[in-house]
Amino acid sequence: MSSSRKLLALVAAGLFSSAAAHAAEPSLGLGQTATPEQIAAWNIDARPDGVGLPEGKGSVSDGDDAYQENCAMCHGTFGEGGKYPRLAGEGKLTGDRPEQTVGSFWPYSVTLFDFINRAMPYPAPHSLPPEKVYAITAYILNQNNLVGDDFVADKNSLPKVKMPNEGGFIWKDPRPDTHDSDCMKNCRPVASVKISTTAEGSRVTPRTTGPLDTDIPQ
Amino acid sequence: MTELDTHLEQVGGLKSARRGLFRLGAAGALAAGFGRAVRAESGLPAQDWGSGIGAAVADVTYGMPPKDESDMQRRLVPWLTGDQTSSISFTPLQYQTGIITPSGVFFERYHNGMVQANKRDTRLMIHGLVDRPLIFTFEDILRMPSETHVHFLECAANGGMEWRGAQLNSLQYTHGMVACAEWVGVKLSTLLEQTGLKKEGKWLLAEGSDGSHLTRSIPIEKALDDCMVVYGQNGESLRHEQGYPIRLIVPGWQGNMNVKWLRRLKIGDKPWFTHEETSKYTELRADGKAYGFTWPIYAKSVITFPCPEMHVKGPGVYEVRGFAWSGLGKIKQVDVSFDGGVNYTRARLDGPVQPKCFTRFTCEWRWDGKPALLQSRAIDETGFVQPTIAELRAMRGSNGVYNNNSIQTWEVKADGSVNNVQLA
Repeated sequence: MSSSRKLLALVAAGLFSSAAAHAAEPSLGLGQTATPEQIAAWNIDARPDGVGLPEGKGSVSDGDDAYQENCAMCHGTFGEGGKYPRLAGEGKLTGDRPEQTVGSFWPYSVTLFDFINRAMPYPAPHSLPPEKVYAITAYILNQNNLVGDDFVADKNSLPKVKMPNEGGFIWKDPRPDTHDSDCMKNCRPVASVKISTTAEGSRVTPRTTGPLDTDIPQ
Repeated sequence: MTELDTHLEQVGGLKSARRGLFRLGAAGALAAGFGRAVRAESGLPAQDWGSGIGAAVADVTYGMPPKDESDMQRRLVPWLTGDQTSSISFTPLQYQTGIITPSGVFFERYHNGMVQANKRDTRLMIHGLVDRPLIFTFEDILRMPSETHVHFLECAANGGMEWRGAQLNSLQYTHGMVACAEWVGVKLSTLLEQTGLKKEGKWLLAEGSDGSHLTRSIPIEKALDDCMVVYGQNGESLRHEQGYPIRLIVPGWQGNMNVKWLRRLKIGDKPWFTHEETSKYTELRADGKAYGFTWPIYAKSVITFPCPEMHVKGPGVYEVRGFAWSGLGKIKQVDVSFDGGVNYTRARLDGPVQPKCFTRFTCEWRWDGKPALLQSRAIDETGFVQPTIAELRAMRGSNGVYNNNSIQTWEVKADGSVNNVQLA
C-alpha cells in the first residue's frame, strides 16, 4: 500500500484522529511550525458561509467612492464593463450572448469579497484594507439591486445576502454524457458527411509564421 | 582521441576551432576547394557547412533552436482578452515532434502577469485541519523524497473558440492550450504526512503567491492520490512562466488547478467556491444552468500532421501524426478517419503510453490527391470515446466555453491545403 493510499485509508476509517496524530512525529522532521501570526498573515480566504471573513465593515455609500477610485477605470462607472468584465446587470444566461455578471451568475456573495480582497484592484492586488473591500463589495451588490442603499457589509451581514443564481449550478460532473461509439466501418451514411462551418479564409486567425502577430482585429 | 582532437592539438592546441582554421593556411584552403569541385559535378547540395571547422564548444552556453526553426513560437490571439497579462498563449503543436513540449514554448496562462519569484523567499505554508501547521522552505522541499512523472497540462478553455463553429484556421490556435512535460517534485501525500490530517479534512485549498493569489478547491482524495508539488520540468528548474520555483501539479485535471508560484495549502471540510470555480471555469448550458467542478480532462486527440499550418504536397505516401491524451488514465486506442468519420483505421500508438500524458500516434496514408476529411478519435482505458462536436453541442449547448474535447476535422483539399472545418 502506497503511503498516500495508507493515509487516505486512515482518513476514511477516521483513525487519523487529532489525538493519534499528535503523538506521531513528522516522519522527515523538515519544516518549521507555522505560528498563529504567520498563519494570520497569509490566511486570507473566505468561504460562502462567512468563515474566514475579517473584522471591519463598509457601506454602499463608502463603496461608491472606493469603487470610483479603484475599479471604475476598468469596470465602468456603473459596473457596465467594456474591455474588462461587466459586473452589474440582470443579464440573461441563455441565448447567443449570455451575460454572466455578478448579479446574474455568481452563486455566492462572499466570493465577491474574497476575490476583490485577493486579486483586486488589478494593478495593485491585495492592497486595500478590509473596510474598503467590504465597501466595494456592498457597492457592487447594490449596483446589482441585491442590497438596499443603506446596506453595510461585514462578516455577519455579507453571507446572508443570497444570490439569485445560487440554485443555477450543478456541482456534479455530468460526464460521460456523450454517446459516441468506437464503430470502425460504415459508421455514418456517406451522404450525411457535410461541412457545416469552415475556417478557410478566416480573418480572425493570427499568423503562425514570422514575427508575433499582435494586432489582428476580431 | 579522435582525429579532430588530434588535428586541433597539432594546429596549436587552440581553444577556438575557428582560430584554428586561420592557422591551417594554404594547404587547408586548397583541400577545401578540391572537395567543392567534386561535389558540384554530383548534383547534390553543396553543403558548405562541411568545408571548414564549426563553432567551438561553449560558444553558446545555453543552446537555442536553429534559425530555420524560428517559426516555432508561443503565439497569442490578440482579440481574445482585454489585457495580455490576464491571458493565454498557445503551444506550437504543429512543430512538436515528440510527447515532451520544450519548456520555452509550453503555453502560458497568467491571471495577473508572470511574476519572477525566487527560491530564497519562497515558503509553502500548510495549515487548516491539520495536526501540525508547518512552513517549508524551498530547501526543505528539495530534501524530501521525490518522484518523476510525465503529464500533460491543458487549459479547460482549449478549443473554447470553436464551440459555435470552425473559427480559427490553425492547429496552434484550436488546440495549443495544452502541453506535456516531465515533472519532478514531491508527492502532496508526502507533504501532508508531515502535517497530519484531521479526519474532518475533506478539501484542500491551493493558493499562489502572484498578484492573482489564485485559489482552487481540490477534493482530499485527489490531493492524496497523485498530486505533486514540483520544482523540475524537462530536466531543469521550472521556468518563471510555469511558476518557478514551485507549482502544484494536479495530474489530468484542468490547467488552472495546477497553481503556480504556490505558497499555501489549507485543509478544510468544505469547498471554497472561489472566483476560479464559480464565475469562471464553470460551464453554462443552453438552458442557463451551469456545471461546476468539472475537473478532469476527458479523452481527446488531434492530428498534428497534416494540419492548417502543415500542408501536403501532392499524392503519395504520408504519415499522419498526432497526440492523444486523457485525464482519466492511459490512452487505449486511437482511430483515424480519412472520410469524415464514415470509416476508421486503427492508428499505431508510438512510444511510451503513460497515464494522463500525451501519447503519440501515427497512421500511414496513401493520398490519392482527392479531397479528404481527416479525423482522429481517442479512446482511453475507461472506455470513453472522444465525441464529435455535434454530439458535444447536443449535450452541452455552445455557451459553455470549457471542456471541448471534440474530434477535430481537417479538410485536405486537392491542392494539398488544409482547413479547420466542422461537420453537421
